[in-house]
Amino acid sequence: MIIESKVIKYQDNVDTDVIIPARYLNDSSDENMARHCMEDLDPNYHERVKENKIIVAGFNFGCGSSREHAPLALKASGAKLVIAKSFARIFYRNAINIGMPIIECEAAAEAIENGDLVSVDTDTGLITDQTTGETFKAAPFPGFIGTIIADGGLVEAIKKGSIR
Amino acid sequence: MGMTMTQKILAAHAGLDHVEAGQLVMAKLDRVLGNDITTPVAIREFEKLGVKDVYDKEKVTVVLDHFVPNKDIAAAIQCQQCRNFCNEHEIVNFFDVGQMGIEHALLPEKGLVVSGDCVVGADSHTCTYGALGAFSTGVGSTDMACAMAIGKLWFKVPSAIRFELKGELQPHVTGKDVILHIIGMIGVDGALYRSMEFTGEGVSSLSVVDRLTICNMAIEAGGKNGIFEVDQKTIDYVHEHSLREPVIYKADEDAVYEKTYEIDLSTIRPTVSFPHLPENTKTIDEVGEVKIDQVVIGSCTNGFYENIEEAASILRGRKVAKGVRCIVIPATQEIYLKAMKNGLLEDFIKAGCVVSTPTCGPCLGGYMGVLAPGERAVATTNRNFVGRMGAKTSEVYLASPATAAASAIEGKIASFEPYV
Ligand code: SF4
Repeated sequence: MIIESKVIKYQDNVDTDVIIPARYLNDSSDENMARHCMEDLDPNYHERVKENKIIVAGFNFGCGSSREHAPLALKASGAKLVIAKSFARIFYRNAINIGMPIIECEAAAEAIENGDLVSVDTDTGLITDQTTGETFKAAPFPGFIGTIIADGGLVEAIKKGSIR
Repeated sequence: MGMTMTQKILAAHAGLDHVEAGQLVMAKLDRVLGNDITTPVAIREFEKLGVKDVYDKEKVTVVLDHFVPNKDIAAAIQCQQCRNFCNEHEIVNFFDVGQMGIEHALLPEKGLVVSGDCVVGADSHTCTYGALGAFSTGVGSTDMACAMAIGKLWFKVPSAIRFELKGELQPHVTGKDVILHIIGMIGVDGALYRSMEFTGEGVSSLSVVDRLTICNMAIEAGGKNGIFEVDQKTIDYVHEHSLREPVIYKADEDAVYEKTYEIDLSTIRPTVSFPHLPENTKTIDEVGEVKIDQVVIGSCTNGFYENIEEAASILRGRKVAKGVRCIVIPATQEIYLKAMKNGLLEDFIKAGCVVSTPTCGPCLGGYMGVLAPGERAVATTNRNFVGRMGAKTSEVYLASPATAAASAIEGKIASFEPYV
């Protein structure tokens, strides 16, 4: 899959409490999640994500709670992909399990700037910064993680019998 | 190549003789946990799977603890969804208001986790049970749904960091100070994806509650799990709480650790973590003058009986400072009852605290002690992220029960030393 969009860039340790604050977890609807996504970190997120659908961040993106609401909120808000230097592990598995594309690539996350136009081939891990012309290569997903992503999430993978 | 404790448990549950770091395995689960926030999302996914029953009515465990007794209508609906699901699927270990406590204090107390188990929970602090020598880790709601259906889940076998403990803690310095000290040292991603394995002669001096507190916050260092070597204290604890026998996995002599830290427990000072990351630690000697508006004593980190008793011993016969709200939350019904029988609730109330029924409540800024803009709290909880306990400009300082109680008395972050 090719994903192309402009970028919103954030720092290290973007935690699940700013991605979707716990005070909104009494309602897990897409609507509620999308409405409050990132509001404590970036009040202009909603305007920005309309044009800038790729999020680039530093180390330990998604640290904190196990709430699947975090990748769900990003997905519902219209974000198409997160590129980070590293991900907190529960966020990482949640994103894979719900089929929200994520890529770990330190060099890309360092070099790409706010507002750059970036295109990503999620199958090969090739990241191209169209604004600067730079390219980066992320490692492909290992083993059956690739299968889960290709099937569109863990539920689908189990239904299809590709994970048992 | 030798295996770590975690790797041995994963290998055994994946039906393999040997695993190594980085390997992907499907492991069988001894327990699958969810709460009132994560279970409704898991139910939605479970229904998409189209299976009729959960894999094991005893092993699937649901605890309503975050927003209960229901904080509002939306929370009430989520609890109702959990309740209906658990009734329909005849879930044995469903803990509703009246039986519930904060999940990570409740499961060990009810004997639902024993040494050697492989446990997942749709809650990041599921790593708490490593204190008993189990592999346990937090997962998401889709994981919970699939785990409920097939009783297995995918794991990437983690590498590990070893913490070799020696010596003994100074009086009233506790597990909270140890783990805050460690997180201050290695950072909030210092153990990312890895196991934190606690071994060494210092282990036996730590109470089971200290170990639960330490493992509880493994996630705050990015860890996949925390795990303690099993000793006689663990075995006695398991025998006291469960009918199941502990299974002991010891790391091989030649197990591979990415790094080993030696920690001399006797040198650890009471430690406080400043906003807005658990790694921003200072010892009590370095905190300076920080005035506070609220103190919270409770949570899955420090709501155990031993913690409540420690706070009571400091507040007994003294008064909470004017202008400070001190909220005490025993983590389970049993802890609450014991605190009542032993007169601790009276000590708290006479000191000017409020005592709440078990709930997560203020820990995640849910209810029962949400902070206004600019307010500061000292809390025995585990996270001090932006907005964690309320308004975006409020601040949370993490500390031990003893430090929190002393701070309540002085109206600022304070040492417990004059009060013990
Ligand atoms: S007490 Fe706090 S950290 Fe523990 S389970 Fe509840 S909300 Fe999570």
